[in-house]
Amino acid sequence: MDYHFYFDVIWLNWDILAYGAWLTIRISFISIVLGLLLGIVLAGLQTTRRKLFTVPIAVYIETVRNTPFLVQLFFIYFGLPSIGLALTSEQAALSTMVINLGAYATEIVRAGIESIHKQQIEAGLSLGLSKIQVFRHVILMPALKKVYPSLTAQFVLIMLGSSVLSVISAGELTFQANYLQSRTFRSFEIYLVVTLIYLVLSYCFRVFFGYIYSQAFNRRSIDIG
Amino acid sequence: MRTFDFIEVLQQLLTAAKWTVALSCVALIGGGLLALVLTAAITGPFRPLYWMGRAGIQFIQGTPLLMQLFLFYFGLPLFLGVNISAWAVACITLIIFTSSYLAEIWSSSIRAIPAAQWEAASSLGLCHLQQLRYVIVPQAVKIAIPPSVGFSAQVIKGTSLTSIIGFLELTRIGQAINNVTFKPFIVYSMVAGIYFLLCYPISFYSRKMERKLHAAG
Repeated sequence: MDYHFYFDVIWLNWDILAYGAWLTIRISFISIVLGLLLGIVLAGLQTTRRKLFTVPIAVYIETVRNTPFLVQLFFIYFGLPSIGLALTSEQAALSTMVINLGAYATEIVRAGIESIHKQQIEAGLSLGLSKIQVFRHVILMPALKKVYPSLTAQFVLIMLGSSVLSVISAGELTFQANYLQSRTFRSFEIYLVVTLIYLVLSYCFRVFFGYIYSQAFNRRSIDIG
Repeated sequence: MRTFDFIEVLQQLLTAAKWTVALSCVALIGGGLLALVLTAAITGPFRPLYWMGRAGIQFIQGTPLLMQLFLFYFGLPLFLGVNISAWAVACITLIIFTSSYLAEIWSSSIRAIPAAQWEAASSLGLCHLQQLRYVIVPQAVKIAIPPSVGFSAQVIKGTSLTSIIGFLELTRIGQAINNVTFKPFIVYSMVAGIYFLLCYPISFYSRKMERKLHAAG
């Protein structure tokens, strides 16, 4: 092997990669917040057991879960303009992330809701709580607490999946890496360092969501379910 | 701009889908074999092997599949000194990717078996391998099958990323057809439809088995 590694390219351009990492964190967090909200709303609608809601939601979940993220991205970015819905690459990137995560989040939150015993809900109603209050305090929070590990895993997966957004030139870490690579031709060095940045990011995400867990669930002692 | 009729596009896509299926099969078979070794390493009594196996799994699960593809695509020629085809890179990367997730599923299935089973097996005078072979694995397999089957749908979806390093599979051919027909809505719907037909039966079957397993207790 007569290749000479040249990692200086990283130090000389660290600002480009740092900016990319920031963009990855930003788009991941926005899609996690929106995707989780979408998941909670759809999972809530599914509990109504009205076919009007459950059938379209099931179709949505199965479609998203059984097709690749990359194809969803192409469909939204290249396909939708032909029916009159043109999105910029950033908008398409964010929509795909939210739509993708929303489907997984719905499924996970639904599993949590289903694990809540019926007696809990009846007990809540008999205490005079309104339906919304019951949904929030008796169903949703304990359900989220139960499925929190799966949700966190899904959040990390969507962050890692965001690297695919580079193919439609949405600005994020991999896109910045590709840009740097095309200018310097130091592909291996750049992608090795960027891979390590992703590793650090996924570790930080886990720590961060662990902190959120302790803040959201452990302070008030919800020990039901 | 060339016009294709619907049937012609479908034929092209189905031919491309064969490569998606082939790559998925290679990834699952190769990844399954490698996962056996990994699982043996991380459930075995030898600590250094455990740490190495865990570190490898953490690395693969903590980094994007696309980055792994890039690393092998740009790195292997440097270290081996020869050019290597996109097909070979795709196979190697997906085998490693698949094995790390399968090993995680399988080792946690083994850990789900109560310690009393190990103790009982050991009190019968079985060695570690015999305990695994006759007592633990037969029970763990039941737990491991539904998530493993479910994961194979993930692998099929994951193969779409190999289009980015230039491997000619379903997504890549879809892109190429789109570039000459300018009908992205229809072409990508068809591509998505083929992936759906490949993945849906697998995830459906996996969920059905999962329910059966939970019903059985």
